[in-house]
Amino acid sequence: MIKKYRQGAYYGIFFLFLSVAPFFLTDFRAGLLAKFLCYGIIAVGISLLWGYTGILSLGHGVFFGLGAYCMAMYLKLEASPSGIPDFMEWNGITELPFIWTMFKNPVFAIAAAVLVPSLIAAFIGYVTFKNRIKGVFFSIISQAVVVVTVTLFIGAQQITGGTSGLTNFFTVFQVPLTDSGTKTILYYVTVFTLFLIMALSFGLTKTRFGKILIAIRDGENRLRFLGYNPTGYKVFIYALSAAFAGLAGVLFVLQVGIISPEMMGIIPSVEMVLWAAIGGRFSILGAAAGAILTNSAKSYLSESYPEFWTIFLGALFLVVVLYLPNGLAGLVEKVKLRFAKKEKKEEVKHAGDSLVS
Amino acid sequence: MSVILMQLFNGISLGSILLLVALGLAITFGQMNIINMAHGEFIMIGAYTTYVLQQVFQQQFPDAFGTYFLLAIPVAFLVAAFIGLLMEKTIVKFLYERPSDSLLATWGVSLILQQTARSIFGAPNVAVAAPEWLNGGLSLAGMTFPYKRLFILGLVLLSVLFLFIYLYRTNSGRRMKAVTMNREMASCLGVSTRKVDSTAFAIGSGLAGIAGCSLTLLGSIGPTLGTAYIVDAFMIVVLGGVGKLKGTILAGVMLGIFSTFVEFSTSATIAKMIVFAVIILFLQWKPTGFAGVRVRALD
Repeated sequence: MIKKYRQGAYYGIFFLFLSVAPFFLTDFRAGLLAKFLCYGIIAVGISLLWGYTGILSLGHGVFFGLGAYCMAMYLKLEASPSGIPDFMEWNGITELPFIWTMFKNPVFAIAAAVLVPSLIAAFIGYVTFKNRIKGVFFSIISQAVVVVTVTLFIGAQQITGGTSGLTNFFTVFQVPLTDSGTKTILYYVTVFTLFLIMALSFGLTKTRFGKILIAIRDGENRLRFLGYNPTGYKVFIYALSAAFAGLAGVLFVLQVGIISPEMMGIIPSVEMVLWAAIGGRFSILGAAAGAILTNSAKSYLSESYPEFWTIFLGALFLVVVLYLPNGLAGLVEKVKLRFAKKEKKEEVKHAGDSLVS
Repeated sequence: MSVILMQLFNGISLGSILLLVALGLAITFGQMNIINMAHGEFIMIGAYTTYVLQQVFQQQFPDAFGTYFLLAIPVAFLVAAFIGLLMEKTIVKFLYERPSDSLLATWGVSLILQQTARSIFGAPNVAVAAPEWLNGGLSLAGMTFPYKRLFILGLVLLSVLFLFIYLYRTNSGRRMKAVTMNREMASCLGVSTRKVDSTAFAIGSGLAGIAGCSLTLLGSIGPTLGTAYIVDAFMIVVLGGVGKLKGTILAGVMLGIFSTFVEFSTSATIAKMIVFAVIILFLQWKPTGFAGVRVRALD
């Protein structure tokens, strides 16, 4: 009981911090924080997929990008008085392509932003997990998905806007996007979405379903012998985390105002995994906090030392993997144990299960 | 007819370069279960080694410029192998039996290496001048086969030949094969698996260095040279079957030919998609790759 209470306290502090943050930050920083919150949503999905189920996906950039593009298409249409986006006019297209016409409807656009990524993930997951392609093989295939998607988006320039992507949005639901009021509302919508997704994920890990996910991570074969078929579970969790990433894409594009193939490429996709790894992939709160902290560090360092950032990022990967396999959440747990002076070896061993989750 | 032959040649040429990259990956992955995301950076190291040698020859020995490339091949191998060895000793050593962690850590190394190259040589691409005797081509039955591509093909064949002689005819190579087949058993019989692992990692990196050296013949080089090849090379390893060098060779050549033909009949963008779809379909039929063996073991 006490433990439950304590975890609630961690979540409470986290969200309290997020809800008061805009009052203390400049507009620019608040905008950045809103962007990082979107990343936090992705990190929660990766924590579920990687930390709990043991599936390492290097392709979440695609799902994030697809979600963002779905929303961006709607915004772009709203920003084009002639009914045809500007880059299409430059390409001499006079009639809106069929795919675009459906995105005039905002409900459809948001639904598609969540459904398209999860359906694609479900399909890729089904054809790989069914054949028991797992571990690093799956990671490699998910990375190939990124390469294919990015090439497609750049190649189909008439429809997607090519390398420059989609940008120059003005209004959402006829409300100007640059208004500070709109920004504040969007910020709190993002905080609320993050809250819902974390609550959902946390709840999920406490159910029987969540236990099966952990069982898949720790001993998939044993689970098979017990009569379970892991395929369905793996496909579901992969699709769910893809849906999270898609939703994050929607909120991202609303607040940042641009999406381009570069933002869904290999490097951003691997960075998403890093956020979860730094925060602690076995912990949902840790993953979300990791996304925010890593990106804050990134924006600080890349502003001050642009050259230094890449090396720092690389070193971060090494340090986390070699010294902090459970991320910051694991570190917090360790420090706490030391202070409490009741360090039991048993607990450290199963750090993955006893973390702040 | 000549068009088809020409495409076939281009395909084999592309496949042979991919093969050289993939062989190193196949060795490290098959034997040590390490996913080396920094493998592409060893290509880059090989390419920049060639570039440095070219600069040195241009300034110090302009008379012997024609021969610099022949010297660049072993030097690129050695430099890449040395850096690979260094990486194995300092980082990879701690990551055995943790494949997904190795993937992330080596990705970090790859970022560091890329940035280092950018700091030393600058972000823009640099061109490496090919020696005089590699310009031009062999005209045969109305077709021209560029000497450069023929040279690369020969280089790859030679590398593969040396690799197989090493693996099958030398004691060190046989130990490596033994460790790949059954690590515990080899260890029990007195093979120092740690030593074999470092050697394997160095050889794999060295092969990537040779690939980088040959890539300088085909275009200018930059700090991110390796990233273009790494994903394809991984697909070849998966297609070929883990730890099966013959499967890797077959997969490399097949992928090269196939993607060249698809690209010829459609476009580069569509080709990428089709090739990927075909690989996924193929894995539906043979999840363990070309040379995969059906075993009763679970993992």
